[in-house]
Amino acid sequence: MAAIFQGVGAAAALSSSPSNSFDSKKFVSSPCRSFSVRKGASFAVVRSDGRVNLNPKSRRAQQLISNAVATKSDSAAASSSSKPGHELLLFEALQEGLEEEMERDPHVCVMGEDVGHYGGSYKVTKGLAKKFGDLRVLDTPIAENSFTGMGIGAAMTGLRPVVEGMNMGFLLLAFNQISNNCGMLHYTSGGQFTIPIVIRGPGGVGRQLGAEHSQRLESYLQSIPGIQMVACSTPYNAKGLMKAAIRSENPVILFEHVLLYNLKERIPDEDYICNLEEAEMVRPGEHVTILTYSRMRYHVMQAAKTLVNKGYDPEIIDIRSLKPFDLYTIGNSVKKTHHVLIVEECMRTGGVGASLTAAITENFNDYLDAPIMCLSSQDVPTPYAGTLEEVTIVQPAQIVKAVEQLCQ
Amino acid sequence: MKAFISCKVLDFPGGKVVFSPEMRFLSESPSVYSQCYRVLDDNGQLISHSNFVPVSEEVAVKMYSNMVTLQTLDTIFYEAQRQGRISFYVTSIGEEAINIASAAALTSDDIVFPQYREPGVLLWRGFTLQEFANQCFGNKADYGKGRQMPIHYGSNKLNYFTVASTIATQIPHAVGAAYSLKMDKKDACAVTYFGDGGTSEGDFHAAMNFAAVTESPVIFICRNNGWAISTPTSDQFRSDGIAVRGQAYGVRSIRVDGNDALAMYSAVHSARQMAVNEHRPILIEAVTYRVGHHSTSDDSTKYRPANEIEWWRMARDPVTRFRMWIEINGWWGSEAESQLRSSIRSQLLHAIQIAERAEKPPVNDLFTDVYDYIPSNLREQEKLLKETINRHPKDYPADVPI
Repeated sequence: MAAIFQGVGAAAALSSSPSNSFDSKKFVSSPCRSFSVRKGASFAVVRSDGRVNLNPKSRRAQQLISNAVATKSDSAAASSSSKPGHELLLFEALQEGLEEEMERDPHVCVMGEDVGHYGGSYKVTKGLAKKFGDLRVLDTPIAENSFTGMGIGAAMTGLRPVVEGMNMGFLLLAFNQISNNCGMLHYTSGGQFTIPIVIRGPGGVGRQLGAEHSQRLESYLQSIPGIQMVACSTPYNAKGLMKAAIRSENPVILFEHVLLYNLKERIPDEDYICNLEEAEMVRPGEHVTILTYSRMRYHVMQAAKTLVNKGYDPEIIDIRSLKPFDLYTIGNSVKKTHHVLIVEECMRTGGVGASLTAAITENFNDYLDAPIMCLSSQDVPTPYAGTLEEVTIVQPAQIVKAVEQLCQ
Repeated sequence: MKAFISCKVLDFPGGKVVFSPEMRFLSESPSVYSQCYRVLDDNGQLISHSNFVPVSEEVAVKMYSNMVTLQTLDTIFYEAQRQGRISFYVTSIGEEAINIASAAALTSDDIVFPQYREPGVLLWRGFTLQEFANQCFGNKADYGKGRQMPIHYGSNKLNYFTVASTIATQIPHAVGAAYSLKMDKKDACAVTYFGDGGTSEGDFHAAMNFAAVTESPVIFICRNNGWAISTPTSDQFRSDGIAVRGQAYGVRSIRVDGNDALAMYSAVHSARQMAVNEHRPILIEAVTYRVGHHSTSDDSTKYRPANEIEWWRMARDPVTRFRMWIEINGWWGSEAESQLRSSIRSQLLHAIQIAERAEKPPVNDLFTDVYDYIPSNLREQEKLLKETINRHPKDYPADVPI
């Protein structure tokens, strides 16, 4: 069951080498972002509009860099002026982020099935039990509703648990706890109790894992008020989002993808986090805005190669923040290109794409030259047969065809 | 011992197992009901040869006053609901001993995860009558900012976790909190309450299991009051109550007469010591009777005889029983009784009047605390709502501030 799958698309194809240098041109006053700085945060956050908020108490302000925006123009400068960094696989990046946070804050602990000495079914918690002990890396019996509940109780008393669902689909058993308690208790207690919990796990369609192990839980959970949802897609943002999620005071659900764990990338040596509410600009362009997240990012990148050869200039945004949507980045893109294509792995009905379509239509309808197109999986349980399974997922050819149709 | 010569002992991952060639099934029920610990008889007299944790006069009188306060609080708020002044209420009539005696045996550092029939624990810890009234009326002074139904109290300063309507979800929370206390090596435990019905939920099973496996200092107190709304315990489970289940999970347990305040106090006191010093969970089944209806939305005479309810209310009242004991000790009298009751009653009526007239929470509070800081989409929704209210003020209540 715990087979390691090859990542889709070589890491070298990624054009998202992050910029680690401060571009002074970005330090112009820009419209105020809606999300206020976390008070008491001990790190500097550089947002995509370039404004820096420094906490004067922070000792690590200079070292810590948060950079959600990776632009083509900066990459050449970055690789020569920044530190070489180190190469690792996505699951190792998650593990590194988790380990660093556990070192930094003794309240961070991990709970889940087989996370201890086994190291986790996807090896994200490898080595942690040995380093931090059994008390901080807890192997739980098979009861997702209960260990999620346990995590909520522990979070409310001061711990910062990271709850692992062996597969996101299993967290359906924890839905009651996530919806009725995790998302709600900060509100219903009048702000008296916070639940700084992180719930994470692999989801999405893998290689013939069967219908029950191919759930897209972001569809079901997106409606729950009080939680935040993020989806990682590269080792860089996996580590950054993991760290940001752990430091957040809100309950955060971090969606990983079964097929992306073996992606390789070079990431910075220095401490950094990724802003939880920001989308990532993967490839700036002029003709069409393609919004995607998680594994579909790679299908979109693959389609982009074909599209560029055909003369199109797609702007690709990895939305990363599934709840709430980064309508600022998305809006700016829509205002530029006037065409939107959403590529997701969720089912057609009630998925993240459906919500995103509604949000963009409501807010940016005047800027659209064509109706929004949304490519999703069909409303069927994922079949086991490999050929059938492949057809339920949006393929690069479909994406190319959709862009051609959209940009007629 | 000769009978065991033919038995073999073999090693299994679970442990050393004794084998026997005689096929014998474990019975589905014990030959005798598991015994129930009680110290005071129905007339409030100490049973001979009883062992219990002694309470001082001060503590005993405080316990009794709190039990009377809880009883009066319940009666008056129930009436207030019937008069239409609050929307909903849940009484704890008949379970005053469980509420107060257990609270008295805990320390203020012990974290409480209630179901919803344990306001007495909050009362013991110092929640004022005004604070209770504020929450029930959902006014501006409510700590929950008017977001929860009445009786869904919560107070982080008194270590009482906000009540959620969901059944048994608080049980794994308690285990998590206990785990956290153990990690921090604190001299405290977690305590959680639930009813007989709550033990049917999956969360109960897994939390008991977890508590045993993680060796967490948590006390599980089950108020077995015989009814889950209209479901009697005979339809809820077929085990001999709840205490027997403890052994199935590897949890030490005891069955206590929930209407005997002294026995409850002793049991919880000892349980707490074991939990904190030995890092183990303890299960306490407090058998009692739910004298009131399930809530103000229920009329229990529809499914149980009215004379049964009356009998439990009068003949088996835990408050009267404890009163008899403290009077026997010379710590209480009828004058103190009438003084207390009239004082509480007038305080309560006063608190209700103030709470009723107080301002409601502003519309602003609809959007705060969903997250630590208000995100842009909620700000947008708030703006939209305020614009609508400003444009059509007649369609919205005039007394709710924005």
